[in-house]
Amino acid sequence: MADSGSRTLISQAQLRRGRGKYLYWTLLAVVVAGFTLVFLGPLYWMVTGALKSGQEIAQTPPTLWPQNPQLQNYTDAWNNLDLAKLMFNTFYYAAGAVFFQLVFDTAAAYALSKLRPVFGNVILGLMLATLMIPAMVLIVPQYVTAIDLPIIHVNLLDSPWAIWLPLIANAFNIFLLKRFFDSIPEDLIAAAQVDGASPLRTLWSIILPMSRPILGVVAIFAVTAVWKDFLWPKLVMPSPETRTLSVGIYAFSGGTPQNVVIAASVIAAIPTVIIFLLFQRNIMSGLTTGSLKG
Amino acid sequence: MTAPGVTTPTPPDPSTARARGGFARKLRDNLTGHAFLIGAVVCFALFMWYPMIRGVVMSFQRTRRGETTWVGWDNYTRIVADPSFWIAWKNTFIFTILALALGYVLPFFVAILLNEFRHAKGYLRVLVYLPVMLPPASALFLFKYYAYDPSEAGLFNAILKGLHLPTSEWMQSPTMTIPAMVIASTWMNMGSAVLIYLASLQNIPGELYEAAELDGAGVWRRIWNVTIPQTRLILALLAMLQIVATMQLFIEPLILANGAGTQDSATSVAYLIYQHGFFQNDLNGAAALGVIMLLVLAAFSAVYVRLTTKQD
Repeated sequence: MADSGSRTLISQAQLRRGRGKYLYWTLLAVVVAGFTLVFLGPLYWMVTGALKSGQEIAQTPPTLWPQNPQLQNYTDAWNNLDLAKLMFNTFYYAAGAVFFQLVFDTAAAYALSKLRPVFGNVILGLMLATLMIPAMVLIVPQYVTAIDLPIIHVNLLDSPWAIWLPLIANAFNIFLLKRFFDSIPEDLIAAAQVDGASPLRTLWSIILPMSRPILGVVAIFAVTAVWKDFLWPKLVMPSPETRTLSVGIYAFSGGTPQNVVIAASVIAAIPTVIIFLLFQRNIMSGLTTGSLKG
Repeated sequence: MTAPGVTTPTPPDPSTARARGGFARKLRDNLTGHAFLIGAVVCFALFMWYPMIRGVVMSFQRTRRGETTWVGWDNYTRIVADPSFWIAWKNTFIFTILALALGYVLPFFVAILLNEFRHAKGYLRVLVYLPVMLPPASALFLFKYYAYDPSEAGLFNAILKGLHLPTSEWMQSPTMTIPAMVIASTWMNMGSAVLIYLASLQNIPGELYEAAELDGAGVWRRIWNVTIPQTRLILALLAMLQIVATMQLFIEPLILANGAGTQDSATSVAYLIYQHGFFQNDLNGAAALGVIMLLVLAAFSAVYVRLTTKQD
């Protein structure tokens, strides 16, 4: 990895010699085995458990590998819970969230970083202040607002806007984007202005192409946020037709066999796991830059 | 740097051009700036700033059959008189303390350990962070049905039995409910903390360890005298963030314990907000409980900031 040669708690020389070397490899083997067991083990249990029959899962002691692996639970989950519909809904909300967050949060961060209108800092301060408010504290008044928007009196229940609009109000994203834009040299912008480029043109042709990594991070976070969210979609998407995956599985869990619920949970987790494996570098770097240098 | 006496043609500086443009120019620039801001500002206003005020206002009102009246402190007295109120706070505090004991200390040492390895680093990082990417509902059903199955067919009980340890009823035992929620929650969430610690560990200059070692400091002394002071800021920040996050305990009781759990052993403050607001048709009481939660967390943060800055 990147930190080639830089010394840490224990010197590398010590790890290469005799007892240190022996200890290092033993510890590494133990940790790799332990972590695999602790973090991958439950997922293995989940995927294979859903391949077992109801009888087999109640058996003592539990079997490590299903005796008669059957896809029955997975197909039941797919058909009975209408997972295709739930999955489509969740994808749709996630795609919209990515689009609206990229458009509005990027525009806001650009204004705060480069255009700097009057009261810009006050607005930024008020936005960042919302990071201090626990989500549960706002859930009731947010819900009351969503069912009857002030001034225009529109009810957002069962409408995707109920998910998209609150997600735009994401101070963490704006902060992340603004910090990135701040690092783009002022000269570039000035040069574009001299050439007669409008602010929108500058954003589109100069800032955005340079900001691809951070835009990727924001997009990935938007998808995972929608995929993982539970309480808010549960409240604002009450009809079975508009539910998200997590909410739908929860709603069915009462009257569905346990193995089928687990099979549905596995299916629901596949997209985020794939996204993670594809974009792990971006996700991890976004996570650490965002929180570290704050 | 330009040599004195040599004049180079400089491009017009846009900031001076802006100043020279006068009032109309300034107004236009500001309007453009605010035009870029307006979308985000409207959403913040609708779903953050306004609800914050509205929550406080609602907590002093009562809405019955479409009619809203001011009721003073009625909602607060009603909420506090509810026997679940104190149980919920007790459970939330116990959960927070246990979740910190496990979920705060463990990631730090895991990060220190991972930082020492020269091999399999990428693999170990991916493993630790993988549960963070699962939808919490999926992960919690796994714990509920497979891990915490109270019979001996359950994963945890099978392991305990294999080790000849006493098995547990997990979510069906009032004393095990909170520890079981702590284990599930730590498994799901510790990945982010590990990665943040790892990043901050990489910023520690190696010379500090070198010097400490030359002074004869062993591994534990080096952790105590170099690693912890060097990561103090991030340790303090994460402690605060984790406390705020764990105090909002909601989905664990909802899914693992079907809400309140055996003998109210899982009821949390956030769950009580949900109950009052969306099942007992008492949005005003729920708003009051939200305000109480905000005040408790704010008071806590104030004390915390005071304590951590005093040490300097």
